[in-house]
Amino acid sequence: MSGRLSASSQCLSVQWKRSVDGGVITSLTSGRVTSSQHEISDEIAKIQAESPGRAPLLDFAPYRSTALRHPTKELQLVDPEGAELVAPVFGHSDVDPVEADLTVQRGGDPVGERIRVHGRVLDGDGRPVRRQLVEIWQANASGRYSHQRDQHPAPLDPNFTGVGRCLTDDDGHYSFTTIRPGPYPWRNHHNAWRPAHIHFSLFGTDFTQRLITQMYFPGDQLLALDPIAQSITDPAALARLVASYDHDSSEHEWLLGYRWDIVLTGSHATHLEPSDD
Amino acid sequence: MTDTTPGQTVGPFFHHALAYPGDAELVPFGSAGSVVLHGHVRDGAGDPVPDAMIEIRQSDAAGTVPRETGSLRRRGAAFTGWGRSCTDAAGHYWFSTIEPGLPFFAVTIFARGLLDRLFTRIYLPGAADALDGLEAVREDDGRLRFDIHLQGPSQTAFLRYPRT
Repeated sequence: MSGRLSASSQCLSVQWKRSVDGGVITSLTSGRVTSSQHEISDEIAKIQAESPGRAPLLDFAPYRSTALRHPTKELQLVDPEGAELVAPVFGHSDVDPVEADLTVQRGGDPVGERIRVHGRVLDGDGRPVRRQLVEIWQANASGRYSHQRDQHPAPLDPNFTGVGRCLTDDDGHYSFTTIRPGPYPWRNHHNAWRPAHIHFSLFGTDFTQRLITQMYFPGDQLLALDPIAQSITDPAALARLVASYDHDSSEHEWLLGYRWDIVLTGSHATHLEPSDD
Repeated sequence: MTDTTPGQTVGPFFHHALAYPGDAELVPFGSAGSVVLHGHVRDGAGDPVPDAMIEIRQSDAAGTVPRETGSLRRRGAAFTGWGRSCTDAAGHYWFSTIEPGLPFFAVTIFARGLLDRLFTRIYLPGAADALDGLEAVREDDGRLRFDIHLQGPSQTAFLRYPRT
């Protein structure tokens, strides 16, 4: 395997682009040659040895679809101004409380292990992000998304869309009731499996704090093999994407609880709000 | 700052969760005073990116950045100054909005294959102090056009901020 180095990555890119482009799943029997998990893991290990960092690397060849989609020029440092200093504001006219329970959106009970995922959204200075929008989406218990492009041959669940929204409360707390998602295969390399995860979309108080990420589950053996998770090359930073089992939020004969706190980047705005709590 | 939660790609399967009716219409399409802001998202080979999502944040015409709620259910709501557009099969995004009083749209970009969000600005044509390469083009029909190149010789200038 010629590896990830920039000199060779351009030809590699074209090859891989053909293999995995579009997110549209092609036939499993197309017979193309892809990397093994061993090769992918080896590439990941080499990169991580060189560049432990807390943000995901955008240029991360083990996740093949990054090849032509990562900027190669330095990001330009600017001081935020105007609209960059004010996040969009959402309220009760935007989100119905029932949207936080993904198990009651359809006529019947979805299949799978009922869970609660909850925690707080904080800014980089530890302040709660209040009354702000949290959006989530996920696969069902079988590892299948309710999305037209997902062709994984696992059953759809007519009682589960895997989509939820809520607003944080005055303490920055959010909570969703859902089903534990299943892991699922993808076409990045041969026998590639995504660890079970829930996608989270978050806003802060500044536009610059916008974050979309993925929450993982504790003890998942697939995490170490996954090039998307491992693009965060600092293990301590990656650990911040893993929820913890929270027995205090489990409910007797009803569901298991997980806790996951989210810390956004720092706010740039001058805080004029009185400290009323 | 050291314990910031890292980002991850939006992945391929976000449309059913993040797209919603009216997401790209900060004001109704074709309404008086409205303008279309649009363009294509392209990868390093110049090919369209059909699974990207663009969000914009802007002031109103008077230069005030709104703090109004209602972006997710726009009908009857005030101007919120925020919108979201998922690219189509041709990599095209568009918004129906108004021209901001402050000189640029703040922009966030997400895509499958893009491991963390990118930021940029789209300045109005002729804006004073526009950053290089970040001015929209006024088309003959009045629409504002701005293409986003994730990579390559035409790569868009992406931004970072002191605390990110």
